[in-house]
Amino acid sequence: MSLVAGRTGQGIITLLLVSLVVFAATQLLPGNAARAILGFSATPQRIHALELELGLYRGWWAQYWGWLSGLPVGRLGTSLANSEPVWRLAAPRLLNSAVLVAVSGFGGCVLGIVLGAVAALRHGSLLDNSMTVGALAVLAVPEFVVAIAVVILFSTVVFHLFPGVSLLTPGENILEAPRLLVLPALSLVIVTIPYVYRMARAATLEALESPYVEMARLKGVPRWRVLVQHALPNALPPTIQVVGLTFLRLAGGIVLVEEVFDFPGIGQGLVNAVTDRDIPVIQFIVIALAAFYVVVNITTDVLALLCSPRRRIPA
Amino acid sequence: MKGPRSPGKLRRHEWLTLLHRAATSRRGIVGLSLAGSVVLVAAVGAIWTPDSPTAFLYEPLQQPSVQALLGGDYLGRDVLSRVLAGGWVLLVMAVAATVIGVGLGAFQGIEAAYLGGRTDTMIMRGMDVFLAFPAIVLALLIVGTVGPKLWLIVLAVGLGHVPQVARVMRAAALDVAERDYVKAVELQGVKPMRIITGEILPNLVSPLMVELGSRLTYSIVIIAGLSFLGFGQQPPAPSWGNMISENRIGLQTNPWAVIVPAALIALLAIGTNLFADAVARAAIGADRQVEQAFIRTEAAKASG
Repeated sequence: MSLVAGRTGQGIITLLLVSLVVFAATQLLPGNAARAILGFSATPQRIHALELELGLYRGWWAQYWGWLSGLPVGRLGTSLANSEPVWRLAAPRLLNSAVLVAVSGFGGCVLGIVLGAVAALRHGSLLDNSMTVGALAVLAVPEFVVAIAVVILFSTVVFHLFPGVSLLTPGENILEAPRLLVLPALSLVIVTIPYVYRMARAATLEALESPYVEMARLKGVPRWRVLVQHALPNALPPTIQVVGLTFLRLAGGIVLVEEVFDFPGIGQGLVNAVTDRDIPVIQFIVIALAAFYVVVNITTDVLALLCSPRRRIPA
Repeated sequence: MKGPRSPGKLRRHEWLTLLHRAATSRRGIVGLSLAGSVVLVAAVGAIWTPDSPTAFLYEPLQQPSVQALLGGDYLGRDVLSRVLAGGWVLLVMAVAATVIGVGLGAFQGIEAAYLGGRTDTMIMRGMDVFLAFPAIVLALLIVGTVGPKLWLIVLAVGLGHVPQVARVMRAAALDVAERDYVKAVELQGVKPMRIITGEILPNLVSPLMVELGSRLTYSIVIIAGLSFLGFGQQPPAPSWGNMISENRIGLQTNPWAVIVPAALIALLAIGTNLFADAVARAAIGADRQVEQAFIRTEAAKASG
């Protein structure tokens, strides 16, 4: 319990520091934020009005506090690009991205772990070698290039199986149009598999070569029981770490993949906000992603510790 | 005892040995030839293109023909010329971002490991903050607030590498900082900065090379991605990333305008990654030989 509390406390401190960094980054704007947003052709009256609206007359500490205290209650300010509340813009996007990340993370992890375990069991075979080289190659390819290849293969040039653009009507979320989810999720699964595969293969190999597995084998325990009862529990904690890292990677991966498919998630939202220099939206999405990072980190640490056979035994 | 032997002299050519070993391994040969051919394409394009990469020569999205080997792009510009001209800026930016990132990261990591105590905690906790979001998001945050300037993108991508590199180099330096010759120089009253650059750094050539290799792959991936998103060279200048996004609408008519730049980015990334992997494997081998003598003496001391 104290472990959970300790890690949570650390996480909150990290998030506070992140919020300072995000806030400081927006203060880097050359000159006045209002002028940077409106451009140099703006009249002094408009700049003055925006200064009032943004509260730029206050000191940076008051501005920071005003922003920070609004975060937990969803008072996030208004978008500069279309003057809607940030929360109303971001909430549906958060949902869509969460669905995309969950689906592709689950698919990628299951396939990667299965393939990795198979490769480790057939260690040194042609299958193992070709999958390992393939994984090394795919691992390096940028997410958006994979996504483009998926579009070329399944949506435009070769086959016309699924829509290559995930356009939703306003007010509709991705769960109501699952066909639009297929290609973005497929792209992210392809990106995720090699990563999970490598780790799962290494973890299984290590477990299979360990003295306790050798001992169990020498006792004459059947192969499947060795795997399920002895190797698997010990390969579990590193696997949990890998699953956690996979979800962290996906948080970065959605930015580019969503842009390729025009998928209405926070990744595309962030890109749009950066193009429009829509600071309140940028701030919120970056903080949301950082919070996701911190939560995933804490969860994986705690789960990995709880599953570790050595730690489970009371001291 | 005549004082500490200088590890700098002993290992002066370690990086060359390492590169040679990586370049002669099977994985290294494949990686080097893949990345090398892409670099060649970009280098040729930096000097010569068959047509102007920004002139409107054909019908929009014209199919490939004898005059236009890869056809026209969405505005009717020559795809071949744009492909040739659109690579070298990416290469220069990626190398620059890698050097900045690995340089700063290595310095921070070694400093943290050597000075230890509160400095260590402060540096590494600070790094944790930047590890709390994806590298591309950090780059977007910086570019989004200041604007899409090329030097800024290089800096943002470089800074994105710093925390990870610092972690790796700190772990590697912790071991070196405890060795006898470092202690000996310390007792002579040499300044910390000189110990870091003169005594510790020369012993970290292998991990440094490994980091350079893997970070170069990441730099290519992120910079190409940013340029795909429109945060790179601005139109009409050609870059492989912005060619992909511009010509997506014409995939049905002239897919080559998308396929060729995408394939070049993929081959470049796969090539550098394979070569980086070869360097990492060579480093483990090289380290073993150099370290074995050291480990043997240490083990003898411990057991005796």
